[in-house]
Amino acid sequence: MGGWLSPEEWQIVALSLKVSLVAIGATLPFAYGLAWLLARGRFPGKLLLDALVHLPLVVPPVVTGWLLLLAFGANGPAGRLLEHTLGLTFMFRWTGAALASAVMALPLMVRAMRLSLEAVDRRLELAARTLGAGPWRAFTAITLPLSLPGVLAGAVLGFARSLGEFGATISFVSNIPGETRTLPLAIYAALQMPGSDAQVARLAVLSVLLSLAALVGSEWLVRRGAGGTGAPRHVL
Amino acid sequence: MSFEIEVALRRGGRTIAAQFAAGPGITALFGPSGVGKTTVLDMVAGLVRPDSGRIAVGGEVLFDAEHGISLPPERRRCGYVFQDLRLFPHRTVRDNLLFGWRLAPPATRWLTLDEASAFLGIAALLDRMPASLSGGEAQRVAIGRALLSAPRFLAMDEPLSSLDLPRRGEILAVIERIRDELGLPILYVSHDPAEVERLAGTVVMLG
Repeated sequence: MGGWLSPEEWQIVALSLKVSLVAIGATLPFAYGLAWLLARGRFPGKLLLDALVHLPLVVPPVVTGWLLLLAFGANGPAGRLLEHTLGLTFMFRWTGAALASAVMALPLMVRAMRLSLEAVDRRLELAARTLGAGPWRAFTAITLPLSLPGVLAGAVLGFARSLGEFGATISFVSNIPGETRTLPLAIYAALQMPGSDAQVARLAVLSVLLSLAALVGSEWLVRRGAGGTGAPRHVL
Repeated sequence: MSFEIEVALRRGGRTIAAQFAAGPGITALFGPSGVGKTTVLDMVAGLVRPDSGRIAVGGEVLFDAEHGISLPPERRRCGYVFQDLRLFPHRTVRDNLLFGWRLAPPATRWLTLDEASAFLGIAALLDRMPASLSGGEAQRVAIGRALLSAPRFLAMDEPLSSLDLPRRGEILAVIERIRDELGLPILYVSHDPAEVERLAGTVVMLG
């Protein structure tokens, strides 16, 4: 396989994996928190929060990228705040690609997690409470493990979505080799160059294989985890 | 007095109310289905908050609307055996049994896993998952889990209703032994007069 891809293409794959893994890893706790709020919370504005979380699913990705530019650009309020507090910058960097990926993957992650949280039998949590568990203990001992298949499925699904992220990334952090040029952006760049059909084909096949593996993995995790616990059996 | 209970709760246009005081042994809450027997147990266990009233068990106040007292369920030490059992599906029988035991302060524990397993005849089930248990086995595990959580009293919601006749006899004997050998006060919900007749020292009519 080493001879099949050029060093440059390997670098693209490695960058894609890094961007997606960081995006999903950093988003996971937020996504679970949002899923919990949407599944269990009762507060004014819940409908609005629900809509906001799902917005990246329906808004043109270019618009999402532009909004990210406004918020996290050099002069954006969130961008300035993060640079001053954490020294974190996004512009034209792989971290920006990860942020764009994370925002685009968030709705899918929240959906999978929310479904599995809603399937957790709350009567089991009450049983845990009568046995001496406080609310937090009941959550970690009952709710979290019973919703874990959905968490894993959401993570893998988000990962797959993140690998394919194009529009928001290119409009937010551009298409810079070695920094923000992930698989889809590399395919796009190759398409612009005459005589690179073979490279486009290789990258496209690679992209399909990675996404397929993530989807099959996600479905497998849910089916395996659901065994006998009454959790949802599908995520797709 | 083991139980001093006076509660009222308005729910969907009707009032669920109970008022009684009872000594040791088994106190049966008796009445037709839908009268709110389970809701009374939930109020005693702290899972449902009454609109008004007072709940004391063994002299300790668990709830008092007037004085703004309402202990959370985890501090009421109520061994609740649910009608639908509610065994944790992702944990083995052993971990189900030990769930409350591990959370109880060591000084308050009055039963060990070995004693409970022998008492209930479930020693052979410890490594099984709840989904693989028969109705009678699951019922005994649910009782064991409640007993091991170091409760001061039990709340049992129709513990025989889902069992066939031979299993009923077994569980009935277990409940009598809990009453006689462990001396634990039990609030017992049932709609079966024969069952109530055989077990209960005090009968509270609801509805």
